[in-house]
Parts: sequence; C-alpha cells; structure tokens
Amino acid sequence: MSNIIKFTAEQSMLLDTAMDFCEKNSPINLVRSRIEEDQSLPSDLWLAMVELGWTGITIPESYGGLGLGFSDLVPVVEAMGRNLMSTPLVWSAMTANTLVKAGSDKQKSHWLPKLAAGTIGTMALVETDGSWVLTEPTAKGVIEGESILLSGTKCFVHDASISEVMIVSVQIKGEARLVLVETSSFPATALVREVVIDETRRCYQLVLDGIEIPAEQLLPKTCFDEIEQAAILLLSAEMAGGHASTLNLIIDYLKTRKQFDRFIGSYQALKHPTVDVLLGLEASRSHLYHAATMLDNGKDEEKDVALRMLKAVASEGFAFAGDRAIQFHGGFGFTYECDAQLFLRRALWCQHQFGDETHHRTCLASLLLDG
Amino acid sequence: MNVSEQALNEFRQEISNWLIENNPGDPGFLLPESFMEVGTDAQFEYLRAWQRKVYDAGYLGMAWPEEYGGRGKPQVFQDIVSQEMARQRVPFMTNTIGLNWAGPLILQRGSEEDKKKYIKGILNADDIWCQGFSEPDHGSDLGNAQVKATKDGDDYIINGSKIWTSLGSYAKYMILLARTSNDGPSKYAGLSFFLAPMKVDGIEPKPIKKLTSEFGFCQTFFNEARIPANCIMGNEGEGWQVAMATLMFERGNVGGQAGGLAVMDINVNDVLELARRSTRNGKPALDDPLIKDQMVQFLIEAKSNALMSARAKIPALNTERPNAIAMSGKLRNTELKRRFCQFALSLQGANGGRFVSTNAVDGGKWQRIYFNSFSATIGGGTTQVQYNIVGERVLGLPKS
Repeated sequence: MSNIIKFTAEQSMLLDTAMDFCEKNSPINLVRSRIEEDQSLPSDLWLAMVELGWTGITIPESYGGLGLGFSDLVPVVEAMGRNLMSTPLVWSAMTANTLVKAGSDKQKSHWLPKLAAGTIGTMALVETDGSWVLTEPTAKGVIEGESILLSGTKCFVHDASISEVMIVSVQIKGEARLVLVETSSFPATALVREVVIDETRRCYQLVLDGIEIPAEQLLPKTCFDEIEQAAILLLSAEMAGGHASTLNLIIDYLKTRKQFDRFIGSYQALKHPTVDVLLGLEASRSHLYHAATMLDNGKDEEKDVALRMLKAVASEGFAFAGDRAIQFHGGFGFTYECDAQLFLRRALWCQHQFGDETHHRTCLASLLLDG
Repeated sequence: MNVSEQALNEFRQEISNWLIENNPGDPGFLLPESFMEVGTDAQFEYLRAWQRKVYDAGYLGMAWPEEYGGRGKPQVFQDIVSQEMARQRVPFMTNTIGLNWAGPLILQRGSEEDKKKYIKGILNADDIWCQGFSEPDHGSDLGNAQVKATKDGDDYIINGSKIWTSLGSYAKYMILLARTSNDGPSKYAGLSFFLAPMKVDGIEPKPIKKLTSEFGFCQTFFNEARIPANCIMGNEGEGWQVAMATLMFERGNVGGQAGGLAVMDINVNDVLELARRSTRNGKPALDDPLIKDQMVQFLIEAKSNALMSARAKIPALNTERPNAIAMSGKLRNTELKRRFCQFALSLQGANGGRFVSTNAVDGGKWQRIYFNSFSATIGGGTTQVQYNIVGERVLGLPKS
C-alpha cells in the first residue's frame, strides 16, 4: 500500500501561522487559569481565529468557507494541541462536515455560512456506557406528526454550553440517525458539566428527555464512518501536538535539573526512554500527515487502515510520553503544579476517545489479516 | 542525460527477462543473507560466479566509467537492475565492500592508477574486498583504532589485529584504517587509510565461529606485515577523513555505488507470509488473537518506518529536528527486524526450537536470520550507542 504524504504550500503556511498564533495566545498559565471557566478561550481570541478563516477551512466555498480539506485543518489542530488549547474549532468543523455529508440543502444553506462565520456547533455522539460504536445509540427519537420527541442521555458533548447548534445521534425506528438541535430549545437542566480527566476540556452531559424538535431537523442521510474518521484525524493531530510539547518539557528538565552533581539527562536510564518518546513523535506525525492525505484523497480501505494505524500509534505514543514526563520530573512530577500532569491528562483523554490502540489494532487485524 | 520513459520500460522488461532466465536457482544449501554471512567455500563460489555472470551480461557497475570497466550509462539503469533483483529475490552481489564502499571511494578519491588497477576486479568479483576498521578493543569507538602502520623505506609495516573482517579469507584487498602516529592533536589525527593487499606474509585472517555456528567473519592478525607505501589513500593523518567518506557510501548517505542487490531483503511481509501458512496447536497461527495482535503491531511499526522516510523528504514537516528521522533510521530498522525475526520463531510451535536442518521450518532460515539480525543491531554502532547519539545530537541532551 502507498506511503504517500502530500503537504502543500497552503498547509505549510497554515502550520506556520497557527504555530505562532497558538504559542502567543495560549501560554500555559492562561490555560491553567481558565480551567474553571465555561470557555477555554477569551471570546476575542475565538473571533481572531474566525478572522484567520479557520472556522471555514473545510466548509465549501459556496457556503462561505474556504473549500479546503481536513488535511488543511490538521496543521491548525496540531498547533493548538502543542499549546493545550481546547477551542470549539474541532467540533464546529466536525458539525459542519457532518452537515456537508449528510444534511439537507436547507440545513446546509442555513447553518454552514453561520458556522464558517464563527457560530459554534458541536456533536453529541457518545453515551454513558462508553462504547466507541457510533451506530448503536440508545437515545431515542420518536416522530410525532411534524415533531420529533427526544429522550435518553448523551455525554462528552464538547463546549455544549456555548454552542448554538448540535448534531445528536439517536435511534429512530430502530435505526441510528442524526438530528440537528438548536441549544436554545434546551431546558436549563439539560446540560451538566462533566468531570473529565483532561481539565482543559469542557465536556457536558446532555439529557434529551423532554426536548422536542421540528421533524425537518432530521438529517436525511447518515455518515457515521466519515464522522469517526474525521474525529480520529483531528484527535490525533491534537495528540501529535501535545506529544511534541511533552517531549520539549522532558528535554528542558533533563538539561537543567542536576542530581549527584550531574545533569539528569546525562543518565542513560532517562536519556534512552526520552529517545523513545522522540521516535514515537516522529512516527505519530508521519502517520498523521499520511492519514490526512489519505482521508482527502485515498480509497476507502486505505483510509480506514491509515486512520486506525494513526490513532493506535498516536495514542500509545502520547500516553507513554505523558507517563514518562511525570516520572522524569521526580517529586515535582507528582505535584499539580508541574505541567507534566496537564499533558498526561490530555494524552489519556485522547487515548480513550474514538477507540484506543487495542480497539484499532483489533479492527486492523480484520482489515489486514483476514481473508 | 535524458532517457525516455519508453527506453526505461523496455530496459526493465529486458533485465526482468534476463533475471528469470539466468537466476542461478536453488543451490541445495542455505544461502547467506548478506556478504557478512558467507561461511563456506561452496556458498562463496556460488555467489562469486553469480556476480560475475551479472557483470559479464552488463548489468553491474552500469553507471561507472567505461574506461575502468563500468558501462558508462545513466544511474537510472542500474537502479532498475537493483529493483528487479530485489523483486525477483535473486541472490545478492557478494563483493559488497568493493562494489559499494571501496569502489566508489576509489572513483571519488583514488589516482588514475588506482582506478585502472582496482575497479574491474571489483566488478567481476576477481578481487574480493574486505574492511579493516573495527578492532577487538575498539568496536564502537572507531577513532581509537590502534593497529600500527610504521613507515620503513618503500613499505609500511603493519602490526595488530582487526576484527569482524567479512570475507576476510577470500579477500585480495582490505580498506584498512591504521595508526601512523600518536603525536597528533587528537586521536583522529594519527590515523591513515590504506588499500592494503591481503595476500602478504604476516597477514593472517582467522575465521570466527558465530553464534549461528557458521563462519563468515575473521579476526585478521597483522604480524610485521609489509605493504607497499604507495597503497596509502590520501596523506598520513587523513585516515579518519577518508574513513568517514567511506562510511557515507556504506550508510548510503551519498550515491556512486556500483549497485546490484546487496542483501537478501527480509521484511515484515515475509513474516506475514510465514504467519499465514503456520499452525499452532493444529490451528492457523493467525486464529490466535494474541499472535494476530503482535503481527498487526509489527505491520504498524514497519509502516511507521516507511512513512517516516516519506515525511523526511518534506522539509516543512521537519523544521524542529531536521535530522531526527535520518539519524534514528539504523536504530529503528535494525531493532524492528531483530524483533520480528524473533517473533517468526513463535509462529512455529515446538519447531521454534529447531535449528538449521531439513526438518526445521523453511530449513531453519528464521532461526538463523534472527541470530544474524544482531549483526545489524551491534555492528556499525550498537543500538545503545545509537540511542546516545540520537539523545545527544538530535535532542541536545548532555553527554553520558
């Protein structure tokens, strides 16, 4: 199978711009100071991102976007990951992409220009049993005349409290479907912020009971495979970014901390595993930009293999990096004050969303070894 | 020189047909995987004859100058030959050190006389070359080489010993790194480089039995051995510089090699192919979920290495540590190979315990490959030294 990586001048420019922007605007003390807030970013920063055009990257030009692919969003998300930014960008883009793939003309022409212009959207896909299978929601939608009555509970809905629109997966007549919900229709008690391991993320539980939406808000098609693939790609971009920063954090400490009159980085017991952290990063970024290339241009099976390999490699590598970052900081690593925990928490969150490495390797075993 | 696409396609067809017709076939004994494993006269003669046949047909040294024995064609023709040889899995070209290290070095730095004297014999395998770099006490620390070369009239007198001399018993020449002085400003400054004749009184290559119980390497003893002074390459004291230029050819960092297949390539797909026809406890090995998962992990890791090579070619994706992928290549590839060869044994049930013999799976090839895979994780700088190199030169960590 091909080992192609395409990286255009456009992507390169986006990467440079995003690296500068995120480094400048998301210093780690800002990320820490906003953990309790509903928004990870000051609103003017979101507006600046909208102005840079990032919210429209994957939206077709006819709907006010830039008409680029997910491979062009990847550099931006990687840069955000390096600086532990948790912006609504990823899930807004996911929402827009789902509408592009499965929405009606009316849904598209109403929401896509808004999303391109910075309206925040999100998706409610996961449920309390923690299953990664997107096509088996237990939340329900019952069509009654011109309405759909929703019930059940979704969880891990990113940035739900500041989103205007949401796509929710529910079972309608025994089939997994997607519906579009405006958050203005929610009762006050519908959203509860959840305690998640990555404190820089805003995740909400959504109780659908009692919410009623117009029947025309049912998406005519579904695109669960595409949703999963895009989510894996963007999560992995975030992981590759976080992984790079974790490596830098380890290196800085190994070069400045002394024990027994020697810099601890001179000890091979620390040096060699740090090289493994580097090799994991080089592998992740290589899979990342290959999978991005495949997602936009590849055949179905190539896409599937590339994305699952990516998620397995990125998850395992970043979790290892975070784990070693704690250990190599010694006693300081055990404290909340040490930034290593922020990265380990980020790694663990990402590892366990949309399939961990074991899950994807099991899928790869059928793809690569069966038949 | 521009060559048309059509001409190249025609050439590929030509060499492909030639290889099918001339493949020397099964010799009836296990062939070595590379020049480092040639352990018997039968293996050596078989391989030497094969190289000569390829050269005589015009398919080796195709891009080397005609006046010295090459064919003076664009490099692309030789590349096609090498690719087809790998694809058809024909035996490798056994005079590897001559073809790929000493030969290009002589073409790059040698005198006119050197080129006339050495190049043709390298190509037709009349003159086998070996390498005298490592010493018993200085493996990874090459710059500390202690074999002495003392100028005496028109000769140098060589004393000491070199180790891991592949093809040492068959070689006519050695590229030799020896110490001509201890007074220089650094250990490197006292080294000189020789194109030394091997069939000389006082030079004795003694075969070393490897962990595979085969031969293939020698320890070469020098006892008051006289070699002509004019076989020095460059001046006294320039040996380290010439040795580094040689390593650039050895590691493939620069082109100019004669080409042709240099090793019998074993990759992860060969292990997959073995896995598909293996059974454990009477059932297909790939029915075992743990075996399956290990196989998938090896496929992923091999893919990682392939994708890293692809990404290394894109500067915009390598701004932070431009050398990371290149400098870790040996470490990654050789360790992966060692581990998947080890895994190949666990596909064989109780037969994993066999060794080279007719009852072993594939004649015991996998046991032998696993053992020989250590030559790459140890030779050319051990994995552990590679970790230090990457940690220090790529990550900037303090020296150990």
